[in-house]
Amino acid sequence: MSDLSIRALSKAFGGVRAVNEVSFEVKRGEFLAMIGPNGAGKSTCFNMINGQLAPDSGSIWFEQKNLTGLAPREIWRLGVGRTFQVASTFGSMTVGENVQMALLSHANEIYRYWRPAAAMHRERALALLDQVGMREAADRPSRELAYGDVKRVELAIALANDPRLLLMDEPTAGMAPRERNDLIALVKRLVVEQGISVLFTEHSMDVVFAFADRIIVLARGRLIADGNAAEIRDHPQVREVYFGTGKTFARAAGAAS
Amino acid sequence: MTLSAFLFQALNGLSAASGLFFIAVGLSLIFGVTRIVNIAHGSLYMLGTYIAYSFATKIGGAIGFWGGIVATAILVGVFGALIEIVLLRRIYRSPELFQLLATFALVLVINDATLWIWGSEDLLGPRAPGLRDAVEVLDRRLPTYDLFLIVIGPAVLLVLHLGLARTRFGRLVRAATQDREMVGALGVNQAMLFTAVFALGSALAGLGGALQVAREPANLATDLVAIGDAFVVVVVGGMGSITGAYLAAVIIAEVKAICIAVGVVDFGYFTVNFSKLTLVAEFLVMAVVLIARPYGLLGRAQGQVRSIAEPEDPIRPATPALKMLAAVAFALLLGLPLLAQSSPYMLILGIDVLIAVLFATSLHFIMGPGGMHSFGHAAYFGLGAYGAALLVKWLAAPMGLALAAAPLVALAGALLFGWFAVRLSGVYLAMLTLAFAQIVWAAVFQWEYLTGGSNGVVGVWPTAPFDTRVSYYLLTLTLAAIGVLMLRRFLFAPFGYAMRAGRDSALRAEAIGIDVKRVHWLGFAIAGGVCGVAGGLFAFAKGSISPETIGVGRSIDGLVMVLLGGIQTLTGPIVGASVFATLQDTVMRQTEYWRALLGGIILLLVLAFPGGIVGALEKFFSRWKTAS
Amino acid sequence: MSKAGHILHLALATAFAIGMTNSASAQGTIKIGELNSYKLQPQFLDPYKKGWEMAVDEINAKGGVLGKKLEVISRDDGGNPGDAVRVAEELVTREGVTMIAGTFLSHIGLAVTNFAGQKKVFFLAAEPLTDKITWQNGNRYTFRLRPSTYMQVAMLIPDAVAAKKKRWALVYPNFEYGQSAAENFKTLLKKAQPDVEFVTEQAPPLGKVDAGAVVQALDDAKPDGIFNVLFGADLAKFVREGNTRGAFKNRTVVSLLTGEPEYLDPLKDESPVGWIVTGYPWDKIKTPAHNAFVDAYKKKYNDYPRLGSIVGYVTLKSLAAGISKAGSTDTEKMVAAFRGLKVDTPLGGIVYRASDHQGTMGAYVGKIALEGGKGTMVNFKYIDGASVLPSDAEVKKLRPAAD
Repeated sequence: MSDLSIRALSKAFGGVRAVNEVSFEVKRGEFLAMIGPNGAGKSTCFNMINGQLAPDSGSIWFEQKNLTGLAPREIWRLGVGRTFQVASTFGSMTVGENVQMALLSHANEIYRYWRPAAAMHRERALALLDQVGMREAADRPSRELAYGDVKRVELAIALANDPRLLLMDEPTAGMAPRERNDLIALVKRLVVEQGISVLFTEHSMDVVFAFADRIIVLARGRLIADGNAAEIRDHPQVREVYFGTGKTFARAAGAAS
Repeated sequence: MTLSAFLFQALNGLSAASGLFFIAVGLSLIFGVTRIVNIAHGSLYMLGTYIAYSFATKIGGAIGFWGGIVATAILVGVFGALIEIVLLRRIYRSPELFQLLATFALVLVINDATLWIWGSEDLLGPRAPGLRDAVEVLDRRLPTYDLFLIVIGPAVLLVLHLGLARTRFGRLVRAATQDREMVGALGVNQAMLFTAVFALGSALAGLGGALQVAREPANLATDLVAIGDAFVVVVVGGMGSITGAYLAAVIIAEVKAICIAVGVVDFGYFTVNFSKLTLVAEFLVMAVVLIARPYGLLGRAQGQVRSIAEPEDPIRPATPALKMLAAVAFALLLGLPLLAQSSPYMLILGIDVLIAVLFATSLHFIMGPGGMHSFGHAAYFGLGAYGAALLVKWLAAPMGLALAAAPLVALAGALLFGWFAVRLSGVYLAMLTLAFAQIVWAAVFQWEYLTGGSNGVVGVWPTAPFDTRVSYYLLTLTLAAIGVLMLRRFLFAPFGYAMRAGRDSALRAEAIGIDVKRVHWLGFAIAGGVCGVAGGLFAFAKGSISPETIGVGRSIDGLVMVLLGGIQTLTGPIVGASVFATLQDTVMRQTEYWRALLGGIILLLVLAFPGGIVGALEKFFSRWKTAS
Repeated sequence: MSKAGHILHLALATAFAIGMTNSASAQGTIKIGELNSYKLQPQFLDPYKKGWEMAVDEINAKGGVLGKKLEVISRDDGGNPGDAVRVAEELVTREGVTMIAGTFLSHIGLAVTNFAGQKKVFFLAAEPLTDKITWQNGNRYTFRLRPSTYMQVAMLIPDAVAAKKKRWALVYPNFEYGQSAAENFKTLLKKAQPDVEFVTEQAPPLGKVDAGAVVQALDDAKPDGIFNVLFGADLAKFVREGNTRGAFKNRTVVSLLTGEPEYLDPLKDESPVGWIVTGYPWDKIKTPAHNAFVDAYKKKYNDYPRLGSIVGYVTLKSLAAGISKAGSTDTEKMVAAFRGLKVDTPLGGIVYRASDHQGTMGAYVGKIALEGGKGTMVNFKYIDGASVLPSDAEVKKLRPAAD
């Protein structure tokens, strides 16, 4: 059964077809990577799925519900979590409050005016932070965190609404290689434990080949390949767009394993 | 009206448009690059007229007039550079909008300095040598100076446009307008760029003021008239777009010229004097443009300006010591009537201060945690005040009912205007709120039958048991305390957190299911309602109200109070309002030049407490704590 | 949560309390509170202040009133009614003045009038023009010195009628003073000359007249006569544009206040010759009382008097006369004394009418002329305020609330 189903999604900017008739599916519990060179349409595709951009045509289905044209917050309420390419938090709050904010929203408690928020969902927030190894930092102002820690907190926030699908736009961008692997390993562990499907884009091929269950490749707005690590590595068209010809992913993949 | 009359009025409009363009273009450049809301821009314009007057009369002749205009532009440019170097550069790291406070102080100081140098009488300069007369156009006489203005406006626009397109400096200015951080990243000396832009913008203001010397007398009211026009034109045109500024100037001037040309029209059952619309025409245009095009006519969405100031600390509930302090302060305020037996004026001032506190706290609620910089908060103060006063005047409503209606009227207004305002952000939101406030002001001002027009409503006095100073003071204290504590409670509740989340990052807040616009809209409405209470209290405290209650001056006072106390703190508005209201009352008694004194004190406070009084104190204590 | 702010406030308040002891120390003086929009209207109020200061000095040099010296405590009213009411309260409660005087702008004058009525404080409104101060919103405790809008307009009507013009255009600043001047003009002229036609009205915002467009619109309406209420910077712009565009040629212009030096002098050689105006030709009034005033003023300030100087001077002289007649500063006695109080002024004797508390000070009506490159008034005559005021019986109907 598929969790997320993308059907013939298209988007053009001023005549340039950024995403062109892209269709794919994410199966329940699957860890799916979307890769492609710069300008391939990954971010555009992502932003249509999370509701930030409206598609020109095509549709997006999640658990038999049509997400097309819904606002990001509505998509989130259906059980889709997300992280951002450039991670950041609500800078004027503590780490714990950042997570609590998502929990409050999930519990539909935003429009409450009296009870102090700091005490609400505190335990659950700490538990979530614990999962990402940030419990100790719960009472620190979130703006003081190192970038890698911000990424972890963002992950805790994304898990707050018990999502069944997680959208992660370049989750490891801006991180050192070692941190990258740690973070993705953590994500993988959590989603496997909780049965969450993940769609993520990624620049770092070592991460992709090491962790993804399946990989789809975009180039110039089109989906050109879909398969497991080995299939993608040997896919002629993929090699073409990434390297012109000849070279392979062998070295990169080797580094990851 | 004949076609030729109509066309001729269009020509008049073009000459007025050039004047507006000169007022605004410098401000647009300065804001585009530095993001400083420079309220002193109108003061620089006014200085331009005065300095040009002096050249034209002291030196005289064509050299004194035309040479004087050029010299004026240079002098005012140098003065602008000095302001940037000596004052503004020191506070770039302060919280957003803090520079507004410094430029507000400059307005006060420059106005009094002008009074001191040039005296109080209006100074009508000579006619322009070589352009004294009029030419026949469409069977009417058009002053040659108007023709000159019609040409010089677009000419300067063209020069600026080429300068920005073709020179390195111009490219930097454009780049900085698009993305300030990038310029810093390119290794450009940002301080030099800011100084240069400030000098250029100021010189343009000086030039604009100087060019008016042949048309209107130099007078001390010009600064505020000019700054109002300047902001409208800049915002309608789009921040940082000089072509937009000219386009906006033309539209506004033409709308006014047409209103004047149409004059009185008899619709049979009633007559409308369209010339009265000129009171508010520019604000109507601005509101329409901003609702249709949120970034002005030619403006582009600006990248999120990441403030270079340190973001604020997480809010913490009051510590026991703080609660104790607050309780003591409240007890002292409760006991003030005892103290005031020997000096009853303390209660009168106390009432004014408490009303200011409630006003400022409600503004801070949306400005600080909400990130919505309302420049028109007086609208809700005025709606509350008028709501209460008109109920008393027309329905002879009892005081309790009138006072209860105040927040409801203000809330209704805030719900209506807020719905539009929260769709915008940054300075565009600020200007739309200002436009709404001006529209409310104009409606109250113009609807004489209902509101008493410019004279306002008189005879709104409290009734028993609140008809003594002590009881009214206690009522004010109670309502102010309730209002302040309630808003504080809201801020610590999920709603307040959601408001801050939306401010910190609307995108991320949306991504966790928060309807940011709705949250901010409700926040706006709540602040408006609480502000209405302050307005209602004000009406009964004074016994009368007039349109000034809604005026720009009061909105700016509110901003000053919030910024003075510290926008990033919850107690800031309370301290800021108390200090400002008491300071103003004290200073007004001290000297004839009280405005300069008030401005000077604010400047000192700005330099001593970057981040506001409470903000700076908090920082000091937290450092002191960590050090010990 | 209020902590620091309130503490600071208390500290300041305490400082005031300490400061108070000083002001209370001046025993044996009669304290008069004075408030005005000095910052907002300096061109009118600087001379005004000089006027009342001179009066105080003269009175005190002669030993004061009732054997006590006068002490005027003067304040800026902040230029808005809210601050003005606070300042008035401050004068009464903190400074302990027994009466207040002053104000310039109509809405501030009205707010203080209302305050005086509510708190039972004697108030002499010096300059605000709105008819409401003595009529609709008049009260027992408020008197007014300067001729009201209605009176000033009524003074001009005979000349407007004599001009025998049929088509009139009106231009006035868009606030109560301008609106009520225009209404009064239309009503009074229509009564005197039933066939009159009002062809257009322009009401630009105060201080922001688009002079070129407004002049043109008036011109396009082809009036025979223009009634102008613009003043200050608006007037200067209007006159310059009108002259350049030839809008005043062959037209009768009747204009309020334009002959007052405050507004006429800035126009210099562009003063609009031939306009029929109310004003104050200070250099041409040659009565002994006025000569003495001008000489003293010039000697003291090395400057010539404006109308504001007269108003300030007479305000204080009136208060002194009132206190002297009342034999006390008691509010009720002051009210009784001011009703029918006669005061000698540099412009002649005036009376504060018992019926509506309006002073009968008049104004000069004449034509503007150029002399030595400066504007002045010629063919002028003094119109006594009493001659244009409605009768006591009519006035009674206009003052519903007052007693």
